[in-house]
Amino acid sequence: MTPPALHWRPATELAAGLDAGDLTSVELTEAIIRRCDDVEPHIAAFLQRTDERALTGAAAADARRARGEALTPWDGIPVAYKDIFVTRDVPTTAGSRILERWVPPYDATVVERCSAAGMPLFGKTNLDQFAMGSSTEHSGFHPSRNPWDPARVPGGSSGGSAALVAAGAVPWAWGTDTGGSVRQPAALCGIVGAKPTYGLVSRYGMVAFASSLDQAGPLTRSVEDAAALLSTAAGHDPRDSTSIRDGAPNLLEGLGEGIAGKRIGVVEEFGGEGSQPGVRARVDDAYGRLERLGAVLEEVSLPSFEHAIPAYYLIAPAEASSNLARYDGVRYGPRRVATDIVAMNSKTRADGFGAEVKRRIMIGTYALSAGYYDAYYGKAQKVRTLIVEDLKRAFQRVDLIVCPTSPTTAFKLGERTADPLSMYLSDVYTVPVNLAGVPAMSVPCGTSPDDGLPVGLQIIAPVLDERSMFQAAYAFEQDLGWAESDEGRPNL
Amino acid sequence: MGIDRAAVDHVARLARLALDDDERDRMRAELDDILGHAGRIQALDLDGVEPTLHPLPLVNASRPDEITPSLSQSDALRSAPEAEDGRFRVPRIIEDA
Repeated sequence: MTPPALHWRPATELAAGLDAGDLTSVELTEAIIRRCDDVEPHIAAFLQRTDERALTGAAAADARRARGEALTPWDGIPVAYKDIFVTRDVPTTAGSRILERWVPPYDATVVERCSAAGMPLFGKTNLDQFAMGSSTEHSGFHPSRNPWDPARVPGGSSGGSAALVAAGAVPWAWGTDTGGSVRQPAALCGIVGAKPTYGLVSRYGMVAFASSLDQAGPLTRSVEDAAALLSTAAGHDPRDSTSIRDGAPNLLEGLGEGIAGKRIGVVEEFGGEGSQPGVRARVDDAYGRLERLGAVLEEVSLPSFEHAIPAYYLIAPAEASSNLARYDGVRYGPRRVATDIVAMNSKTRADGFGAEVKRRIMIGTYALSAGYYDAYYGKAQKVRTLIVEDLKRAFQRVDLIVCPTSPTTAFKLGERTADPLSMYLSDVYTVPVNLAGVPAMSVPCGTSPDDGLPVGLQIIAPVLDERSMFQAAYAFEQDLGWAESDEGRPNL
Repeated sequence: MGIDRAAVDHVARLARLALDDDERDRMRAELDDILGHAGRIQALDLDGVEPTLHPLPLVNASRPDEITPSLSQSDALRSAPEAEDGRFRVPRIIEDA
């Protein structure tokens, strides 16, 4: 069997090639540029490419390596960022016209740390505006498409990053996950996507959507790459007061320890008709595989999870309505002319925000307005406690919990945009995780027998037990062997 | 409980969104639908349940009060739609006496 083309190889393998001198970062970057040129017309995943900057960074990395001064094993491996991470001197839009032509004066901590590790910035990727959506159809610029079937969405909101990684166009990319925005596109595109414990990765320089839920997460083609990328950026940052003070783990350590004897919970409430038959079939296979790998499966009950979507769609819009107050036409972004400041603010916002963003600002403002605070936001915060308690109870019996990442495979463009509520309900398996702040990741488990599209298995872990989560994902991935096979690559 | 047009107008004003008539009509129906679904949690008996304000038990983050580098005035102003004399310029807020 011939080895896969350069642009398909996982970052950890590329790092070995760079280290051995079989490959230069400039050669790698040029291969990535050619691949992006080929696939971008089909998937429309970028908002901005930074080819020249990446090549300059690659040449500098090669020079460092030649002097024996490589910064890290990943020095010279390019990385793409969802266009919600601010990047100094590179325009950042959060997918919205209201930030069109904004050039940030600073780097997000995630960007700063990956740059310090030597990874050249390779473009800014498409998203639903301000990360509000599950398909990239709410991008203020254009929708992106799924490399497995360009008539379908790549998922969202980190859909551009997911589509590029799945298409073998970039080795790895960053996304953000407020209610599933890393895990769901990872599942729909057949790649790995992880949302760490809330507070593990700094939110500094991540354009804020819902501050108590937002977390950055890696999108990669292998579990090992996800562990490497996450470990690079994790750790305390004094500029984010919610970032966890403990030292960040190196998740590559002990990755191959296996799951023999691990107790894994299967969510009783997620068993029935909630998912497509093809998704259920693949996920059931995955449960069987985990058992064969030595895990002990048992059912766990999480009754409060049924209230997660209602609570999420109160909390997230409420926080968004507050966070997005800053887009007022005063300090950055476009401004609509008006004679007084309130009219200027209101016209600028009405023209700059897309329909979904306006909808959520309206929901959030209503839920926080006088007379409704206790009934909506206050009650939703109490529901959050029920979810936290349910998970704590379950994690007294099991080490990890598994379920589908998404109830369906990738849906067609336009299928859900007319009915916002139907789009919201597609987040049913992912939002409870954000409400509880625990880590979770999606790992591919093959394609659905119904439509040949990828299915993701979600693995949920207790707070700060990313290590167990990655060990299980790695054991599963290695045993399945799908991602490394031809079957695991879309025909694009 | 339904959302009426007056509520939409009020909330749009609070949110500083100049919505047109079509948007207001659509928003009324959508808010009704979404808040109807989300409002289901109102039926739950949650007396005695503490709200979760943050997923982790973090205490207040404090740091020594030391001056560290921050954005320069020119960097802070460089994306402003209008700036003047080192400040953001906005339309008139207070009428002349």
